[in-house]
Amino acid sequence: MRREGSPWQGLGVVVLKELSDHLTSARMRVLEWLVVLTALAAVYAAITQVRDVTAQDPFLFLRLFTTAREPLPSFVSFLSFLVPLMAIGLGFDAVNGEHNRRTLSRILSQPIYRDALLFGKFLAGLATLTVSLVVLWLLLIGLGLIMLGVPPGGEEMGRAFIFLLVTIAYAGVWLALAMLFSVVFRSAATAALVTLGLWLFLTAIWPALAPAVAQAFVPAGDQATQVIAAQMLARLSPSTLFGETVLALLHPTTRTLGPVYLSQLQGAVMGAPLPLSQSVLVAWPQIVGLIAASILLFVASYVAFQRQEVRA
Amino acid sequence: MTEIVIEATGLTKRYGAAAAVNGVTFNVAAGEIFGLLGPNGAGKTTTILMLLGLSDISDGTARVFGHDPARDPLAVKRRVGYLPDSVGFYDQLTAADNLHYTARLIGIPAAERQDRILAALDRVGLKDVAEKRVGTFSRGMRQRLGLAEIVMKDARVAILDEPTNGLDPQASIELLELIRSLKAHGVSILLSSHLLERVQSVCDRVALFNAGQIALMGTVPELGRQVLGGGYTVEVEADGGVDVTRRLQALAGVRNAVESGPGHWRLTCERDLRAEAATEVVAAGGRLKQLSLDQPSLENIYTRYFQSARQEEARHAA
Repeated sequence: MRREGSPWQGLGVVVLKELSDHLTSARMRVLEWLVVLTALAAVYAAITQVRDVTAQDPFLFLRLFTTAREPLPSFVSFLSFLVPLMAIGLGFDAVNGEHNRRTLSRILSQPIYRDALLFGKFLAGLATLTVSLVVLWLLLIGLGLIMLGVPPGGEEMGRAFIFLLVTIAYAGVWLALAMLFSVVFRSAATAALVTLGLWLFLTAIWPALAPAVAQAFVPAGDQATQVIAAQMLARLSPSTLFGETVLALLHPTTRTLGPVYLSQLQGAVMGAPLPLSQSVLVAWPQIVGLIAASILLFVASYVAFQRQEVRA
Repeated sequence: MTEIVIEATGLTKRYGAAAAVNGVTFNVAAGEIFGLLGPNGAGKTTTILMLLGLSDISDGTARVFGHDPARDPLAVKRRVGYLPDSVGFYDQLTAADNLHYTARLIGIPAAERQDRILAALDRVGLKDVAEKRVGTFSRGMRQRLGLAEIVMKDARVAILDEPTNGLDPQASIELLELIRSLKAHGVSILLSSHLLERVQSVCDRVALFNAGQIALMGTVPELGRQVLGGGYTVEVEADGGVDVTRRLQALAGVRNAVESGPGHWRLTCERDLRAEAATEVVAAGGRLKQLSLDQPSLENIYTRYFQSARQEEARHAA
C-alpha cells in the first residue's frame, strides 16, 4: 500500500529546530569546550615538537595532525576519541527524549511523516558536528600558520580537507549508532550506557580481540590467512577504519593498509610519498566502509522507528 | 442529513493473537461531541491512534473527511487536531515558541503565524504567559496550550485523549468550558475519558468501551433507558399530605414510588412526571417544598451495565 504525500514534508523545519536546540544546549557547550581545549593542547604540543625535530619534512603541516609529544596524544588520536563522544552526546536521547517528554505523539499528529522527524534529527546532529569540526580544523590550520610560519602546500591542504570529510563521516557513524539505540531503548540512560559501552568495546577491546578470534578459527601455520583474517575482523570497528584512513591520508608514504607479498614490492621506491589521488585510493575501501556503516545504522533506526508504537 | 466527519467500520487492532480493539464501528457527525468512554486499557487510545494514522490498522476501515488515515495520513493530520493523553511540550521553549514550531510543521504562512498564535493563546487564556517557558506551566496550563495548538491549527475535528485526566476540579471545569467553546465554533470533537461524570456534561453521544469493543452507544438518556430501564427518577419533598405514596404510585407512567425518608419520595417513571407529581402532592393536601429530576448518570449506567455483564458471564461459567 502506497502512502500519499511527501516524506520530506517538514524536514527543513525539524532540522532547523533541532539545530537550534543543539547549538544552544548546555550539553553542546560542555562538549565543545572539552574538544577545543584538549585538541588545542595536543596541537600546541605537536607544534613545539615539530619545530624541534622535523624541519626538513616536505609535509610539515600534516605533522601537526599526527605528531604526539609525551604525555599528550596527537591531535588525530584525540579526535578519534572525542568525536564519538560528541556524536553519542548529541544522539543518545534523540527519539526516546521525545517519548519521555511526551511530545512525540503531538509532533507526529502534525502533517509530517516519521521519516522527516528521524532524518531531520540525524541531519541536524550531523550539521552540528560538522560545524564544530570545521571550526576546530580552521583553528588548527590558523595556529599552524601562526606558530610554524610556514604556509602549507596545496596537496597538504587537500589531504587535510579530505581528512576533515572523513572525520565527519566517522562522526556520522557514531551519531547513527546513538540514534539507533535512542529508538530501541525507551530510557535515555540505558541508550547512553549501551552506546558508550559499545563504543568502548569497538574502540579499545575489539582491535585487541580480533587477532585472538582469528587465531581460534584459522588453522595454525597459515600465518598469512591469520593476519588477513585478524585485520578483516578488526575492520568491523569504525575506529579501525578511521585509524587506517588517517594513516593513508596524513602519512603520504603509506603504500598499503594490509600485508603485502614481497613480490608486490618489486620496483617500489620505499619511503617516497604517494600523490594525493593514490593515497585516497589506498584508503577508499575504508572511507566507503565508514559511509556505508552510517547509512546502514540509520536505516536500522529508521525501520525500528517506523514500526514503533508512539503511545507513551 | 449531517455530514459524517469520522467513520470507523469494524476497526480492529491485533497485537499477536490478542485484539486490543476488536471490530469497533462508530460515526462522528459534524459539530457533535462524541465521547469514547471506558476503563483504562479498553482500547480508546489505540482507536484514536488508528484514526490518526499513527498506528497500523489490522482490520476494518477508518475514514476521516473521506481520507484513509493508513494511506493518506498527511491529509487527515492536516484537518485533525490531536491532544494526547498528558500532552508534553518542549520545556526549555516558551509557550509561543512551542506553537511556532508546530505552526511551521503545519505549514502556516510566516505572515499569519504570529497573529494566529496570539489569537489561539488568547482564547485559552494563556496570552499573559506566552513568553514564559513551558517548564513552569501547571498540568492544566499544558492541556490548555494543547487546545491552543488545535485552535491555531484551525482543525475541523479535535481528538482529545483523556483531556481532564489529572486535573483539579477547577481546571477540568475550565477545560470542559473550552471544549464547549470549540464546539460552538463548529469543531467536531471526539474525546476519550475514563472520568464518566465530568464528560457526561459535554458529550452529545457516547460509546462505552469494554475490552476493545463498544458495549453501548447513544445519547446518555438513551443509554439510561436501555440499561437502567426506568430512565427518569423524580425526587419529591413535601410536608404533610394524606396518603401521598399511594396517590403517587397511582399516577400513570410511574413504575414505583417509595417514601425514601420522612417527607421524601422517590418515583421511578417512564417520562418526566414532575408536573403531575406536584399536582398530586398538592391535591393530597401536602405542602410541596422541592421537586427534582435525576438525570440518569453515566456512572450508574456504566456500573449497572458491567454488573449485569459480569453476572451474565458468571451464569455462563456456571
